[in-house]
Amino acid sequence: FMQRGLDSQTKKQLEEEEKKIISEEHWYLDVPDLKEKESCIIEERSFLRCEDLVYGRMSFKGFNPEIEKLMIQMNSKCKEEKIEEDDKMEADVSDEEMARRYETLVGTIGKKFLRKRDQCVLKGDDEDEDDEVEEGNSNTRPSKRAKKMFLKPQD
Amino acid sequence: LLCGPGLRRSGAGLLVTKCGLLRHRPGGGGAYWVDSQQKRYVPVKGDHVIGIVTAKAGDVFRLDVGGSEPASLSYLAFEGATKRNRPNVQVGDLIYGQFVVANKDMEPEMVCIDSSGKSSGMGIIGQDGFLFKVSLGLIRKLLAPKCEIIQELSQLYPFELVLGMNGRIWVKAKTVQQTLIIVNILEACEYMTAEQRKQALAKLSGN
Repeated sequence: FMQRGLDSQTKKQLEEEEKKIISEEHWYLDVPDLKEKESCIIEERSFLRCEDLVYGRMSFKGFNPEIEKLMIQMNSKCKEEKIEEDDKMEADVSDEEMARRYETLVGTIGKKFLRKRDQCVLKGDDEDEDDEVEEGNSNTRPSKRAKKMFLKPQD
Repeated sequence: LLCGPGLRRSGAGLLVTKCGLLRHRPGGGGAYWVDSQQKRYVPVKGDHVIGIVTAKAGDVFRLDVGGSEPASLSYLAFEGATKRNRPNVQVGDLIYGQFVVANKDMEPEMVCIDSSGKSSGMGIIGQDGFLFKVSLGLIRKLLAPKCEIIQELSQLYPFELVLGMNGRIWVKAKTVQQTLIIVNILEACEYMTAEQRKQALAKLSGN
């Protein structure tokens, strides 16, 4: 009689029954899963990949210059790897020169940072007015002064 | 390992489905295939073919490729084609394109652009010229990396050549006579030995 407001319990029971009916109707495979054999064989149906055929459009003796350009482009795709290797060898700057420049470069940029550090240490020295520190400073100052001197860049 | 046309994988072994010579290529992981001779073309994905436009059905062209079904080619599959900028293709035109879909269950589809969107030589083949049909084995021979026939022919006079994997060749030279000479040589060189071919070419270059 009370169809509108079914109790939660009866609702649950009904749902469970429905689920059981549905799951029984589901088909299950009794056959065990077949292992897929990993095969390294690729199947292919075109002759193009097997035989390395040339591109089909050709022109000879300048009949169609666009197609002649295409021919060179297409047929050199195989040889492109060799061409790339040659380009790497002909770089503008040789490796040795690069190494030399880099050495001096690191030195000059390093000096920049040293100066900044010197400034910080100097400020710290000014704040500290201990004798020991001053002595230490006096000892270190000449060396820092030596470092502060302008050094020619080694070209 | 690549198993090419004529071979099929079954279980752990290979089955041969065509008669012919078994070829082997050692490079690139090895490849085996059966070199067979036939005249009828079966559309294969990735093959470049010459097609003849037979009908225009709305946005799609029907091309005859020599297979069991006409192939379809969408008008957007050309380089630089948009909905407003349509390619100028008429019924009876020759088109050089490649297959994008080609299996025994579906109608073959062709496109005239690369995977990168460039046409790279594909598209409508120009006016004049001569189209004829040869067997598929000859096409493969002509497309081999160093083909003597093509090298010898290129010494004769300037001409243009388009080879389709469906057995169709399109030739264009300056005069009709030169075109016909090239056509005859290409048709006949299937059954000529190298010496006969050189003799024939010597006669021609003498003339």
